[in-house]
Amino acid sequence: MKARITITALVALLIFCAGYAALFIAPDEATMHAIQRIFYFHVASWNAMFCAFFVAFYASVAYLVTGKRKWDALGVSGVEVGVMCCTIGLITGPLWARPVWGIWWTWDAKLTSTFILWLLFIAYLLLRGLVEDPEKKASLSAVFAIFASLDIPLVYLANRLWRTQHPQPVIAGGQGSGLDPTMSKVLLLCLFAIFCVMILALMDRYRLELLRNEAAELRYEIESRGLDASDGQETRALQKGAQ
Amino acid sequence: MKNFEFLFSAWMVVWAVFFVYEISVARRIAQTREEIERLKQQLQQR
Repeated sequence: MKARITITALVALLIFCAGYAALFIAPDEATMHAIQRIFYFHVASWNAMFCAFFVAFYASVAYLVTGKRKWDALGVSGVEVGVMCCTIGLITGPLWARPVWGIWWTWDAKLTSTFILWLLFIAYLLLRGLVEDPEKKASLSAVFAIFASLDIPLVYLANRLWRTQHPQPVIAGGQGSGLDPTMSKVLLLCLFAIFCVMILALMDRYRLELLRNEAAELRYEIESRGLDASDGQETRALQKGAQ
Repeated sequence: MKNFEFLFSAWMVVWAVFFVYEISVARRIAQTREEIERLKQQLQQR
């Protein structure tokens, strides 16, 4: 518990430093000015989303290969945290687009594939709620998560493959791309801060899923004992009836 | 500062979503722990 408080305090300090750097240290962008500062947390939330969904993909494959419940727990944790990061990106994006593009949203390849990704993983979470049998739930979820993950490369590559309203990548985006050195450092700090927040959320969600599994096992044990008891009662009733 | 309201809203959204999510997970953990305790007691009584 003490270690957890220390880690949370360190992450909070990191977030404070990243926030300060994004708002006050990073230089103003030449055309967009202050509104461009959304970039530091918008990009960082997408980065965290890709990491969380990769964890979900890896865990789903591992579950199908090994059949161990811990992988299913990690899979659902990755999806839920990924959906949270995706939600942040989908809200901060339009808030940045409105003053810069003059519109909140456009159905270009980048934005549409991202919205589909969000819907797919929301569907994954709904699907888990509909299936009661734990084995069936875990297998179906793993297959669905792998299917939904097929959209991830499309989201990443959309503005590299097609002409989109969404700008071309500023990092590793080919000729003419690149960032001011101070902007790069601030971005790295923000990427690391949001990544740490994502890891904390993932750890908490994983702990919750393990606790839920423990509760399910206890419930199953109680039910089976209850059935044993009722079986005994039924047998005694049948014996009495026969007499 | 031009467009400050958009920057402020985006900033608030980032931390509000993280905060609400963490609160929701913490609440669900507490509820599940309570349920486990209750189930363990129930199991001991049988």
